[in-house]
Amino acid sequence: MKKIFSGIEYDEAAGSYIVPKRDLPNVCKYVKDTDDLSFDYLKCLTAVDYAEKVEVVYELYSFKLNLGIKIKVALMPNDLKLPSVVSFWAAADWFEREVYDMFGIVFEGHPDLKRILLDDGWKGHPLRKDYTDERIVKKPS
Amino acid sequence: MTGLKPEYFRDTDEYFLNMGPQHPSTHGVLRLELKLDGESLKDLTVHIGYLHRSMEKMMENRTYMQIIPLTDRLDYLASMSNNLAYVMTVEKLLDVAVPERAQWIRMIIVELQRIASHLIGVGTFVQDLGAFGTPLLYCFREREKIISIFEEVCGNRLTYSYFRFGGVAKDVPENFTQMVSGFVRYMRPKIDDFERLITNNIIFLKRTKGIGVMSAELAKSYAVSGPNIRASGVQWDIRKSEPYLMYDKVDFDVPVYQGGDSWDRYMVRIDEIRQSLRILEQAVAKLPAGEVNALKANAMRYPKPAKGEAYVRTESPRGELGFFIVSDGSEKPYRVKVRAPSFSNLAVLPKLLGGLKIADIVAVCGSLDLVMGEIDR
Repeated sequence: MKKIFSGIEYDEAAGSYIVPKRDLPNVCKYVKDTDDLSFDYLKCLTAVDYAEKVEVVYELYSFKLNLGIKIKVALMPNDLKLPSVVSFWAAADWFEREVYDMFGIVFEGHPDLKRILLDDGWKGHPLRKDYTDERIVKKPS
Repeated sequence: MTGLKPEYFRDTDEYFLNMGPQHPSTHGVLRLELKLDGESLKDLTVHIGYLHRSMEKMMENRTYMQIIPLTDRLDYLASMSNNLAYVMTVEKLLDVAVPERAQWIRMIIVELQRIASHLIGVGTFVQDLGAFGTPLLYCFREREKIISIFEEVCGNRLTYSYFRFGGVAKDVPENFTQMVSGFVRYMRPKIDDFERLITNNIIFLKRTKGIGVMSAELAKSYAVSGPNIRASGVQWDIRKSEPYLMYDKVDFDVPVYQGGDSWDRYMVRIDEIRQSLRILEQAVAKLPAGEVNALKANAMRYPKPAKGEAYVRTESPRGELGFFIVSDGSEKPYRVKVRAPSFSNLAVLPKLLGGLKIADIVAVCGSLDLVMGEIDR
């Protein structure tokens, strides 16, 4: 995969491919539609907030190869926008809504991007590390 | 009639109806917004989140050990399977080898849990279709035997928190193997009884055959897993494709049906109960003696995994249950994501209901075997 797309790096420790944001749709199309790969099952889509960056994690599975791969896209906290992958895996519909709900990442091209678990009028995105709410009670230390 | 606005008198065929959040057949708090024309379904929107307890945020603020009880409360019909998936993920981060006896015990326990969960699944499904009382209570009677075994093993009946990092909390009681093999002997004829009662019942067939058909492509693209995808003709079980515990040391088949309708989903569960009984029989015979935990008490209670991340998938009774944990080297996880099978199994629901009637929604919902606790988290 590294040969075809120049910007991709392989992270040995985490076992994941780090893909630049602009390449994501092409990489998704490649891993899903190439015949001897056919990663047609999106196991999991989530995000992790590392303060200096927010990583979106795609866990893919191929029935044909009985193999899973992990793709990561790093986003800057001031630019939380990413192309949606709903057109490749329909499962991404709800997964992306949940990530939007919890992290505030906007998936461009998503058919119906709105909150899924929290109330529509909720303020903020709770799984961000800088999220605050006056109702959170600090544990006495 | 004077207070009504004129548009109420306009001729119209379509109307909206809210099914839930407190509808008895949605098993928890699921709201379906139905667009209806008479009794025919035109469109359906799923609203979830009524049971959201911010589990993932809570997990970031607790030590690894304190999270085990939280996992019980995700899929409360299969607490042991949740414990297992979580504990296995942390073990992968810690890089611990689990003693063989503990692995066999875990496998026996989660297979018992699978039977218990499937019994509730088919029992409530049949109940929703109007077979009021009898089948459900048969299922509860059988499940009670499993719950009693669990009570002997760990003292709890619903939320067990029995598995620990490196093994299990304590060894099983001495008569454990007798209890399990006694249950296997008891259960075999009972499942045949249940089938005679339900499977080829003409009303049941009419309510489920050809209702809510899911094709294999649809199931794959929506990341449906577990019995639901196997009812659509996909031969895929994580216990076979990526064996964990001791699943590669026992013989069992993966039941697959081709139709993808509600009846097939029911049949997969019935057959899986039989296969689980087969696994139990072999596992009880092979259960070795030895240690049940690889870690010392302190290391087990306050584990500090090295910096890193892990995603471990297991075959829970409802499908692929995965935990994605990121560790920053401290005693609390940096991020925990629960990949709950019911979440994706529910997302596909609007695609299954083309041309159906209101009553069929209940059948399809029941056949998907949803648990809201793990959908909303």
